[in-house]
Amino acid sequence: MSQRCHVATRKGLFTLERGRSGWSIARASFCGDNCTLVMHDPRENTLLATLNHGHFGVKMHRSADGGATWKEIASPKYPEKPADYVPKAPLEGKSADWSLKLVWSLAPGGANEPGVIWCGTLPGGLFRSEDGGDSWSLNRPLWDDPLREQWFGGGADHPGIHSICVDPRDPDHVIIGISCGGVWITRDGGHSWSVGGPGMRAEFMPPERQFDPNAQDPHMLAQCRANPDALWVQHHNGIFRSLDAAASWAEIEGVKPSAFGFAVAAHPADPETAWFVPAVKDEKRYPAEGRVVVNRTRDGGKTFEILTRGLPQEHAYDLVYRHALDVDETGESLVFGSTTGSVWISEDSGDSWQTLSSHLPPVYAVRFEKAID
Amino acid sequence: MGLFPRGAAPPMLRIKYRITVPLVRFTQNIQRHVGCPPLELPGSTVREALNQYFLLNERARAYVLDDQGKLRQHMAVFVNGKQIDDREGLSDPVAASATIDLVQALSGGNSNS
Repeated sequence: MSQRCHVATRKGLFTLERGRSGWSIARASFCGDNCTLVMHDPRENTLLATLNHGHFGVKMHRSADGGATWKEIASPKYPEKPADYVPKAPLEGKSADWSLKLVWSLAPGGANEPGVIWCGTLPGGLFRSEDGGDSWSLNRPLWDDPLREQWFGGGADHPGIHSICVDPRDPDHVIIGISCGGVWITRDGGHSWSVGGPGMRAEFMPPERQFDPNAQDPHMLAQCRANPDALWVQHHNGIFRSLDAAASWAEIEGVKPSAFGFAVAAHPADPETAWFVPAVKDEKRYPAEGRVVVNRTRDGGKTFEILTRGLPQEHAYDLVYRHALDVDETGESLVFGSTTGSVWISEDSGDSWQTLSSHLPPVYAVRFEKAID
Repeated sequence: MGLFPRGAAPPMLRIKYRITVPLVRFTQNIQRHVGCPPLELPGSTVREALNQYFLLNERARAYVLDDQGKLRQHMAVFVNGKQIDDREGLSDPVAASATIDLVQALSGGNSNS
């Protein structure tokens, strides 16, 4: 069971540790700075944190001592846009900016690929480092795909890659999630890409485009480590599941109190089990009836349990962002954090929760330190 | 080459051989991220003077310019107290006696609010 967890917030990075008396906040780093994402790399036992300084841009930092000290490393940089560049399939007649807006996802490469890190960004570029983040290169096959130019922003002004699932059996098999651009797959380490298969439905599109795989808004994509072909998606207008590595998707219907939300966590060993944090749908975005709940399915989405023990059940308006829910490598410990600065931890697979804080800055991401990613 | 903060050049240089070149100064707010002391650097445009600065201080480049070499959206550049016209090309001319100030625009602060 994981003993450490990192919480990226609008005002810094906070490290939670489990001592003899339970979980507590052990360290604050980057106080006052907008820390948008954190990644633990179990291969090197390093941490990567992303800061968005606003005026000065997006910067990345790495720690090799558990967060005690940090060093600024390279940030992904888009190549120079050719002066004569003409987009092949521009959305609304425009091409995307070739400029880093946000680092939105980070994932270690395979266990046999030390130093390899994948990085998804706004406005839609996927970067790869082979030296632990000292340098990055844009994945051109995906960036140069004409279908990529049809991606559009969901919530943000630019499209972005928020989810990266590296197949533990084969690190060349990578599945990514894009808002809005659906799910994309490579089986050759990024040399070629294809959009995922059918089954997702986009209510926000005109009828003739609702089932276009490239127009979907998966809010978050999660993969079962023991069965990497089993995927869950918390989508803008529902929950979807794939059992064939994104070749097809099935909608999970009738989810109460809501099928809307951002976060999903997949059980590392059981492909039938996943957790979601529902909210009133898109134009409202707060917990139904002011009650914070976690939805858990243990039968592949046929049924859901609404977990409430230890969570506020009146006048709670906490929204949980897509990277703000995590499960450890055992499937027993879970953590999630909210826009109103609450953090809850469970050590019994979500049956009960304890409040770690209710006054942190808005939480963007939580990540356990795991022995394996 | 004017690599000394203004007034800090050795007296002999200052008195006999100093060639006046533009002074480049940075907002105090950038200093905790990357040290950016004021420097006198040659250049007939804002772009030329900044390029000289970033040759000496490469880390500062990405704090001021974006991936495409444009001034970051919420940075502002003044020459002798007047905001520049060409934010993309940074082609505004600078006289040898000019002072170039790089400051944060008051817009764009919401990511840290």
